[in-house]
Amino acid sequence: MNPELGQVALILALVLSALQCALPIVGAWRGSKPLMATAPTLAIGQAVFVALAFGILMWSFWINDFSVAYVAQNSNLSLPWFYKLSAVWGAHEGSLLLWMLILNGWTVALVIFGGKLPEAFFSRVIGVLGFVAFGFLLYMISTSNPFLRQFPVPANGADLNPVLQDPGLVFHPPTLYMGYVGFSVAFAFAIASLLGGELKSTWVRWARPWTNVAWGFLTLGIVAGSAWAYYELGWGGWWFWDPVENASFMPWLIGAALIHAQAITDKRDGLRAWTLLLSIFGFAFSLLGTFLVRSGLLTSVHSFAFAPARGVFILVYLAVVVGGSLLLYALRAPKVTGGKSFALASRETLMVIGNLMLTVACAMVLLGTLYPLVGEALNIGRISVGPPYFGPLFLILMTPLVLALPFGPLSRWGKADLTVWRKALIRIVALAVAAGIIGFIVGARGWYQLLGITASVWVMAGVVLFAIKRWREAPRGKRYPFEMLGMMLAHFGIGVFIAGAILTTSMSVEQDVSMKPGTNVDVGAYDFHFNGVTETEGPNYRAQQGTVVITRNGKHVVTLHPQKRTYSGGQVQTEAAIEAGVFRDLYVSLGDPIGGGAWSLRVYDKPFVRWIWGGGVLMMLGGFAVVLDKRFRLRRAVESETVRATPEPEAPRKLAEGEA
Amino acid sequence: MNEVARKPIGRFVPLLVFAALVVFFVIGLLWNQSHDARFVPSPLIDKPAPEFRLPRLENPTQFVTKADLLGKPYLLNVFASWCFACGDEHPVLMAYRDKFGVSLIGYDYKDAPQDARAWLDRHGNPYHEVIADQSGETAINFGVYGAPETYLIDAKGIIRYKHIGPLTPDVIAKELEPKIRALAQEGST
Amino acid sequence: MKRLLLAVLIALALALSAAAFAIDPLPFKDNVQRDRFQHLTRELRCMVCQDESLLASNADFAKQLRRQIFDMMQQGKSDKEIKDWLVARYSTFILYDPPLAPSTIALWFGTPAILLAGGIVVVVLLRRRTRPAGAIAEDPGDDW
Repeated sequence: MNPELGQVALILALVLSALQCALPIVGAWRGSKPLMATAPTLAIGQAVFVALAFGILMWSFWINDFSVAYVAQNSNLSLPWFYKLSAVWGAHEGSLLLWMLILNGWTVALVIFGGKLPEAFFSRVIGVLGFVAFGFLLYMISTSNPFLRQFPVPANGADLNPVLQDPGLVFHPPTLYMGYVGFSVAFAFAIASLLGGELKSTWVRWARPWTNVAWGFLTLGIVAGSAWAYYELGWGGWWFWDPVENASFMPWLIGAALIHAQAITDKRDGLRAWTLLLSIFGFAFSLLGTFLVRSGLLTSVHSFAFAPARGVFILVYLAVVVGGSLLLYALRAPKVTGGKSFALASRETLMVIGNLMLTVACAMVLLGTLYPLVGEALNIGRISVGPPYFGPLFLILMTPLVLALPFGPLSRWGKADLTVWRKALIRIVALAVAAGIIGFIVGARGWYQLLGITASVWVMAGVVLFAIKRWREAPRGKRYPFEMLGMMLAHFGIGVFIAGAILTTSMSVEQDVSMKPGTNVDVGAYDFHFNGVTETEGPNYRAQQGTVVITRNGKHVVTLHPQKRTYSGGQVQTEAAIEAGVFRDLYVSLGDPIGGGAWSLRVYDKPFVRWIWGGGVLMMLGGFAVVLDKRFRLRRAVESETVRATPEPEAPRKLAEGEA
Repeated sequence: MNEVARKPIGRFVPLLVFAALVVFFVIGLLWNQSHDARFVPSPLIDKPAPEFRLPRLENPTQFVTKADLLGKPYLLNVFASWCFACGDEHPVLMAYRDKFGVSLIGYDYKDAPQDARAWLDRHGNPYHEVIADQSGETAINFGVYGAPETYLIDAKGIIRYKHIGPLTPDVIAKELEPKIRALAQEGST
Repeated sequence: MKRLLLAVLIALALALSAAAFAIDPLPFKDNVQRDRFQHLTRELRCMVCQDESLLASNADFAKQLRRQIFDMMQQGKSDKEIKDWLVARYSTFILYDPPLAPSTIALWFGTPAILLAGGIVVVVLLRRRTRPAGAIAEDPGDDW
């Protein structure tokens, strides 16, 4: 299969995306059914060609076609087949193609599941997604073509960075992109509503399932990245506030705020303008993340190799897409804000506060991430902003949110119910304090560990109390609608995450030791016995493998085999050996021979580290569960409230003139 | 429904804030074109060079101290046999060694002396003198974190300029030579 | 392009030269000293592998600096003295904790400022949207 076909496919996709953008939107504007009807076909057509291009690139990797420069740079004859396939998205050009593939995946899903949406609105949504696709395809074709050839054809490619030769690489980018790109749907819905001058906010109900799923995937992607870093990098860390990590965290924070703002707009018709704005912000931060990683502006282990044209193009793209949207927002944001009023001690207030804290946290992360650039540009010296900045500030900002969290579900829409609050407060405080005392008795020490215990129980108790109250008060069969179940899962997940993050940070034991074979070292309650090092081999590496036997109170727990691999390309990579457990991880990394037969080893006891990712997975499941709710079945939505294709007769003429 | 008809607050604020951000990024990209993002300005500029006492590469029983080099400005070039970029820089140093107008002192960084000598024998020795810092401890006091790095030190022992990375004719013409000339005019020659 | 090449070359040069990695046994007096050391080096940047902390980095440079810091701790120097010593040689870039200085005012006070601005918006919003508890019409249906 000729790689040039891949290029042709991309160009065809580009043309189709332009049509996909123009025709349906013009159709919606003019009320032309034939034009609007082109939307599904054009969308699927574009998707087919992008999928074709992706398939061709993957095929090139599969058959080791080193005449394709990208394949030669990222693959090697001795690379295992599954890593050859995942190498497709291992570097800049291929990852963009993955981005496009996933964008089309979401668009096709919309075509399949969104057919019952009002025609004009649906056309506009598809049109906006076509615009997004057009820009990205143009970007790829002009600056980042994965199908460029090179002659003479090398006999073998360069080896993939051993850090990337890992199952994590198979999962982390695709799931992350599912999230990033998924926010484009909420974005498209918001823009479609602005373009159409919608007065009713029913579109928000339609947008909610898509947004929740995207956020769920983003959560999964971040969790996957964190877990991957943990066992791949060998120093026991799981989050470093690295600029690229931050680039994925900012859309996550906005997404979390958005799914709650959407709930208020959907159910209470409030915060319409804010929901619109957040929908734009969510995708804007996704694009911003893409820009930061590829522009060369930030030093990071994640940064792709950069060329100036790539940075400039994305910036222009970002400016046009986000700037255009914000301009549209400024001109068209609902002139009637409306929405039901609510009491100060109601659920709305708590959710608004939550939104505030999440948004400010996102702004804080943005400030800290960009500040070093400010320092350089204004010539005030190189400043580093790292975990000592982000960590404490994030903790402070999340405190009001964590305190309020149990009370959101227990509150009522619109009305204050202070009795419920008071009763719940007493119970939750009692449980949290009890947990703290129990923790202290079993050995937790230091304010940080006690904080971790009390804060996580605070949140988890809140969810449990709500579940019990709901069980008592709601009729059978209607107790836990999926939307509510999702909320409970996600909120409980937050509690689990808090426990994991704080306890692991405060309770981990890490030591570098030099050991001769046959000697022991104590790590926490465990005894690590070193049995020496042997040689072994893998598909494209040779390794020195240590054996460490771990016992506790004399009973055998596990035998670990940390490795130090030398790959065919010469790179050396440490493969840590990890014994994963629900309540703790045991971790050993092999160092170097020190002389006299001794080796240096790094040994860890990391309590509760899996709770970090467990909490994240619960949050993800919560996001996915929401989608199953009856509320979001489209048939009802379309029957009960419709949105017209042409503007309301009484709306000003300039709405129509300002279209598209 | 209790409707309140009014315009949302500050509808243009997000757009304006975003516009400011874009301008900032443009400045950042432009800055990036002309600067190396990895470059860190040295805090020792215009401060006295650290005291040092290091053996000569040619004859390790003899030592060179900071005091020995006072009285004339000189260039201190940090290099090592294991450093690839030093190999790139080497021809430039060979070409300019007599054109600088000041002594070129080689600072052999974290290198085994025999490796350094072999490297210089193989490629040629551009230096008027070479001192060896095998452990790299003194280098820390200079703020060295890699090779090659080049310092311009004046007659009073003050560091006046530092370049990180290989010297190129471009850098020499635009940055180093003007500084050397300025020193000469100061009367420190 | 040249700068990228340079960065790669330097990194490569140092990576290939590094005989030892981040695992670096040091003879700590006790757990307290070890925790202090880990906490301190975690907050310092490795100048060579610039996206890793001094504690985590494999670079030879990082190993040397860790030894240096260990020695200074043994000599009884405080964290502040050690940080000042490093900053004098490598500039504030080596600190992951940005100091509170005129150049970082916007950084440290930016977030409280944004919080304040957001808080004001929320207060205004709540003022306009909230009614006393009794004035709101009963909403039929599940309060969910």
